[in-house]
Amino acid sequence: MYLSTIGRPKAADLRRLPVSANVFALGAVSLVTDVSAEMVTAVLPLYLVLGLQLSPAAYGVIDGTYTGATALLRIVGGYVADRVRSRKTIAGIGYALSAVAKLGLLAAGRSVGAVGLVIAVDRTGKGLRTAPRDALITLSTPPDALGRAFGVHRAMDSFGAFLGPLVALAVLAAAGQSFDAVFVTSFCIAVLGVVLLVLFVRDRRDPQPVAVPVSPRSAVSLLRAAPVRRLVLAACLLGLATVGDGFVYLLLQRRVELSAGWFPLLAVGTSLSYLLLAAPLGALADRIGRLPVMLAGYSTLVAVYLLLFGPLDGWLLIVLTVGLYGAFYAATDGVLMALSGPLLPEQLRTTGIAVIQTGQALAYLASSVLFGIAWQAWGPAAASRAAAAGVVLAIIATAMLLARRAGVES
Amino acid sequence: MSWRSRIAIVVATTVVLAAVAIGYIRLAADRATGDTAEAVTSDRVTLSPGPRLLVVSNRHLTTVSRDDPGGPRTAAPLECVRVYAAAGTGACIRPDSAWSYHLVVLDQELHEKRSIAIRGLPNRARVSASGRMVAWTSFVGGDSYNHGGFSTRTGVLDTRTGALVTTLEKFAVTRQGRPYQAADLNFWGVTFTADDNRFYATMATAGRRYLVEGDFAARTVRTLKENVECPSLSPDGTRIAFKEAIGADPTRGWRLSVLALDSMRVTALAERRSIDDQAAWLDNTTLAYTVRDSSGDPDVWSVPADGSGAPRLLIPDADSPAALG
Repeated sequence: MYLSTIGRPKAADLRRLPVSANVFALGAVSLVTDVSAEMVTAVLPLYLVLGLQLSPAAYGVIDGTYTGATALLRIVGGYVADRVRSRKTIAGIGYALSAVAKLGLLAAGRSVGAVGLVIAVDRTGKGLRTAPRDALITLSTPPDALGRAFGVHRAMDSFGAFLGPLVALAVLAAAGQSFDAVFVTSFCIAVLGVVLLVLFVRDRRDPQPVAVPVSPRSAVSLLRAAPVRRLVLAACLLGLATVGDGFVYLLLQRRVELSAGWFPLLAVGTSLSYLLLAAPLGALADRIGRLPVMLAGYSTLVAVYLLLFGPLDGWLLIVLTVGLYGAFYAATDGVLMALSGPLLPEQLRTTGIAVIQTGQALAYLASSVLFGIAWQAWGPAAASRAAAAGVVLAIIATAMLLARRAGVES
Repeated sequence: MSWRSRIAIVVATTVVLAAVAIGYIRLAADRATGDTAEAVTSDRVTLSPGPRLLVVSNRHLTTVSRDDPGGPRTAAPLECVRVYAAAGTGACIRPDSAWSYHLVVLDQELHEKRSIAIRGLPNRARVSASGRMVAWTSFVGGDSYNHGGFSTRTGVLDTRTGALVTTLEKFAVTRQGRPYQAADLNFWGVTFTADDNRFYATMATAGRRYLVEGDFAARTVRTLKENVECPSLSPDGTRIAFKEAIGADPTRGWRLSVLALDSMRVTALAERRSIDDQAAWLDNTTLAYTVRDSSGDPDVWSVPADGSGAPRLLIPDADSPAALG
């Protein structure tokens, strides 16, 4: 199959875009927005600790709150997008909220409460836009090409995440270490993202009237459909098996005793691996099936958890772990959406995607708490081995849940 | 709308937004150079014991007279984000870039005796009264505010033996009489006792913050009291100045307080504003600390350590105070 792809005449390649123009436009919006978001993410600790001189406890309060608070809002946003049949509008509101939040950081000053509120607004924006955006990708792509579409989108998205910290570094250097300048630049870039969305992303309005009207009842009935329920359950299980980036980087850093400058590069390395692998693995999922690719992705997560206390050490450990961790994201995040899209009725797709993403996010939150408890009880080595065992169980359960679905369909 | 006009709009907005961003960056750069131009004088700074106060002023290591703290300043051409000194040993946290820092141990003529790369963003520094032990605290892993979780590293250096502990998290912890381990252990704000081995610090875990007493040689810490942060031991070793979270909730701010070690009684001080600093003892009766206004600009204030009197502005436009003698 690969040979035939390579052998295809170049002219045909140029005429036939790998993804639709709408997906490419959404990818461009995500790229620009992620540059803006990751600029702030990269300097926020610097700003809070050095700019505002907040103490560890105050910083922890800002850092740890609001993660679960926006979950419900995300589902409501997804439902409204389906109800008014305008995913673009809801996504646009989400992008605009996050842009405004960048200026809010300037206004918040040293108030812990105000900074927390601004970050909550930023996250609300992110929560609001994710499901309508992913729904638009599924509605703009033929079902057999979804893996590639999500792969290309996620690659563009993480390229933005990769660039963000570098842009922030450049602005800090040019502006005499002024954090305000980073926030203003981030705001300008975020506005550009909104402009790109407004001008180039087309909303998909179904030409024929919808058979089933979108009501709270129909949204609830979505969960009664067995395939959808199994999908949500599988997403939660897999979320529960993921202990969180923070723990992975912390344990890696402890193993290798990384010096100051290198620590942020763990996240950058993961982004790099993610952005390089997202498109090829998405295309692979379209060819050999999305479920096998996703389960293989979770298997690399097992390898990552085992490596944290495995036989390797030094640079080899870091490169291998970070590479596999990026591969895990590349093989699971977009692929899960590609797997879900066709199973959700078109008129309720945003709601469905929001439910799946929220379920996964809440499970993820619960799992980091559980991992913390396991660490406390058994120590980090046993806890990460238990986490690896948890992923294995989740893989088996997911395979049983979703393979049955595939069997019933065919 | 035609493809061409959409492209034209994008190009136009990009140009406008880029102009705004670049204009703001240049403005900020001008402001920053304006600041540094007036900071450094050519006078020589020493850390030798004497009636002077050490501070950071305009990002540089600076001394002022104890009798006229608001008066003329002597600034060294050494950039520090935090300083401390005792008995002729100085500790300066020197920025190499916004992301990387060194703890520099100085002799009294400000010669560099040792420099240690600090992981993360530094925020506290202390030297023991004899000048032998040096401690510092930094934040690490805070590069992911979307994922939750933060942590601190507290390092300790014995300048006589060269023994270096990069993080107290490796010490054996006893919490309320029982051995304890957790992923979320964080330490900050070390203060040393006169024997240069025992120390006090803050330990946080499971959402609570404790005063701990540590033993450097034995590599152990044990909890003494809850809701005590950033301890600072008085020169006579009988009391600890600290910040107490109001209602044990750091989001409501901190009251500067003093704990008597014999009775474990807490006295709230006359400073009623929220203080987020590790206070420094100027003598056995007076504390100095940094107060920041809403934009983050610092002033050094002082207050009596027994709950009496009123806070007083000691050194404007300065932070990180320490008494040199």
